[in-house]
Amino acid sequence: MANNIPRVKVREQAPEERVHNFEEVCYGYNRDEALLEASRCLNCKNPSCMKACPVSIKIPLFISKLTQGDIQGAGRVIAEDSSLPAICGRVCPQENQCEGSCILGKRGEPVAIGKLERFVADTLLDMPDNCAAPANCSAPTPNSTCGNKSKRIAVIGSGPSSLACAGDLAKMGYDVTIFESLHKAGGVLVYGIPEFRLPKQKIVEREIESIKALGVKIKTNIFIGKSIHIKDLMEREGFSAIFIGTGAGLPRFMNIPGESLNGVFSANEFLTRTNLMRAYLPDAETPIISGKEVCVVGGGNVAMDAARSAARLGSKVTVVYRRTEAELPARAEEVHHAKEEGIIFKTLTNPIEIIGDERGWVKGLRCQKMELGEADESGRRAPVAIEGAEEFIPTESVIMALGTAPNPVIAKCTPGLATNKKGCIAIDENCATSIKGIFAGGDAVTGAATVILAMGAGRKAAAAIHNYCQQESQA
Amino acid sequence: MYKIVEKRELTPVIYKFKVEAPVIAASALPGQFLIIRSGENGERVPLTICDYDKEKSLVTIVIQVIGHSSRKISLLNEGDCITDFAGPLGNPAKYVNWSDADLKGKRFLFIAGGLGIAPVYPQVKYLKSKGAHADVILGAKTASLLIMEEELKEYADNLYICTDDGSKGFKGLVTEKMKSLLKREEGEAPAYDELVAIGPMIMMKFVTLAAKEFGIPLTVSLNTIMVDGTGMCGACRVTVGGKVKFACSDGPEFDAYQVDFDEALRRLGMYKEFEAAANARDTAASAK
Repeated sequence: MANNIPRVKVREQAPEERVHNFEEVCYGYNRDEALLEASRCLNCKNPSCMKACPVSIKIPLFISKLTQGDIQGAGRVIAEDSSLPAICGRVCPQENQCEGSCILGKRGEPVAIGKLERFVADTLLDMPDNCAAPANCSAPTPNSTCGNKSKRIAVIGSGPSSLACAGDLAKMGYDVTIFESLHKAGGVLVYGIPEFRLPKQKIVEREIESIKALGVKIKTNIFIGKSIHIKDLMEREGFSAIFIGTGAGLPRFMNIPGESLNGVFSANEFLTRTNLMRAYLPDAETPIISGKEVCVVGGGNVAMDAARSAARLGSKVTVVYRRTEAELPARAEEVHHAKEEGIIFKTLTNPIEIIGDERGWVKGLRCQKMELGEADESGRRAPVAIEGAEEFIPTESVIMALGTAPNPVIAKCTPGLATNKKGCIAIDENCATSIKGIFAGGDAVTGAATVILAMGAGRKAAAAIHNYCQQESQA
Repeated sequence: MYKIVEKRELTPVIYKFKVEAPVIAASALPGQFLIIRSGENGERVPLTICDYDKEKSLVTIVIQVIGHSSRKISLLNEGDCITDFAGPLGNPAKYVNWSDADLKGKRFLFIAGGLGIAPVYPQVKYLKSKGAHADVILGAKTASLLIMEEELKEYADNLYICTDDGSKGFKGLVTEKMKSLLKREEGEAPAYDELVAIGPMIMMKFVTLAAKEFGIPLTVSLNTIMVDGTGMCGACRVTVGGKVKFACSDGPEFDAYQVDFDEALRRLGMYKEFEAAANARDTAASAK
């Protein structure tokens, strides 16, 4: 019978302390806390949490293993459906997925499924012989893996979708090579999500190492489309199939006057400088400008990441968002953490011009005050300008966090690769693109979404590529 | 890791490296650039490609010591390895897509200044291989800062040297030399079909202003600030024809007459204070 106790609080770094460092905010559960929290699960016969999980992790089963103290068993259950549990346990929007549908949440607080997943994954990462590491798990389709060894698969990009796809294919016996354009593998996990939310060496690099342990080769500094053309991968380099998981890395700007002033950055640039280039470290050679005051425009997770990074770099940060707090697309936890860290939210405020000084540097943001009108096609009430109501926010820099679109380079360099009008790569129900043997998934197909959806897409594509290769060898 | 097989000092502040980089050597085309990074804390530095040899898998770069990162790379020696060497990036020069028939006999004039001489070299080499005509104006402050004169002589139809102090060739700016070559009598056909200017941003701005009256297409290669060099960050954004473009993925070559050079010059100075501080640290460290 489930334990009728309140949700076990997770320990976190105190806001006044963490705003001065890039260490992880959340400490996670220890064993006692995890087992106690696990004991709250009702182990529902018809678990709605599982249905709400984009990759259908058998949540009640892993939690029941955990209540028995069988952490390795719990890890094996998770590993059947997720390739990156230590990462997803940290960055999944659980409140809209598993935890959002937990029965306990109807009357009180849902089971802390994300924190439990993270506890299991972290514990196993620390074990010398990690039984749930991808290398030690059975292949998703254990039958008919013989003969795959001779087939080479190219995976383009090294973010969540690519890592998941490469991992699954390697487990099926394929010879997989990942091509990454940057100098470090991990995609958005490395250049986008900050250290204080997702530690790079402690977590991301180890998850990548475990993929490499399956035999996956990773080639960095290769920009497919420029360094090597896709058709050459197939025709000259001998790859049987290709997965494109190049994500959504193209930053959007507002197209308002003043966006080219010195001191205006895309969130991608700001975060890449901090995360990938580690500009926050004293010995980093890449500079970063944050300014005494900085305005972050936008309300999503990327806006929160940029705002909280800027705060850690010593800036006074204001998030400027055109709707109200209720419509903020960022995860509730991120908004909560940001507020604790002293970040100011100016809602119903829409920038219309960035004002510069005589030297061409930002000195302020001219904004239009808004109010909520009728619901738009997204179902959210659309912000409408209040005529004559403007506000000037003095600031030294502006970070545009308005979302991203798929990087167009790969499609531009690959004749015949169909995209939709938003620039996303078009695929059919089998993850196949318009070119035979080329598959795609993740943000490159959907536009910017979540790590877990990308991971799920990568795994689905791996299965599709396996089918394709089998059909090809029979043909 | 990418091994340095040859290093040459061209001037006391400019070095030429031949680097083992088979992928870039096999796919590079005139007009493209690469990103170089040295050391685990190193900055990603965009650099033009000076030459490429597919058979030997070698790529040639020329680097001038300006700040900490370029100094660090300049101190590497033959046999050392460069941590990261990514590319080729950006789009090839527009004429790479022209047919051989179109290129044959086309008359190009290159205006190259300072380090901009390096990326002009593969362009001239390529054009000559296609039967085009290529003249080159080389500019530098003084004779000792001129680079690659001999190499260019091998391919260029005419090579004009300009130095600010008159220590070699024509005394004066490349713009003056260019104007004298473009001048023509009423009814005379233009001496060139295409102009290409590569060098310091300020030089490209003045070449553009000076060339305008002659009505010949002019291409410039923009050396903006970059981070990833693949179209992800937008640090390199420039205004071209009133529209925001990314120099890394839309360029680096653009129609010069459409470029907002004043904005590009301003943006180029964004990290000047950081650079000065890093240089001061380096000077202090080497004094120790």
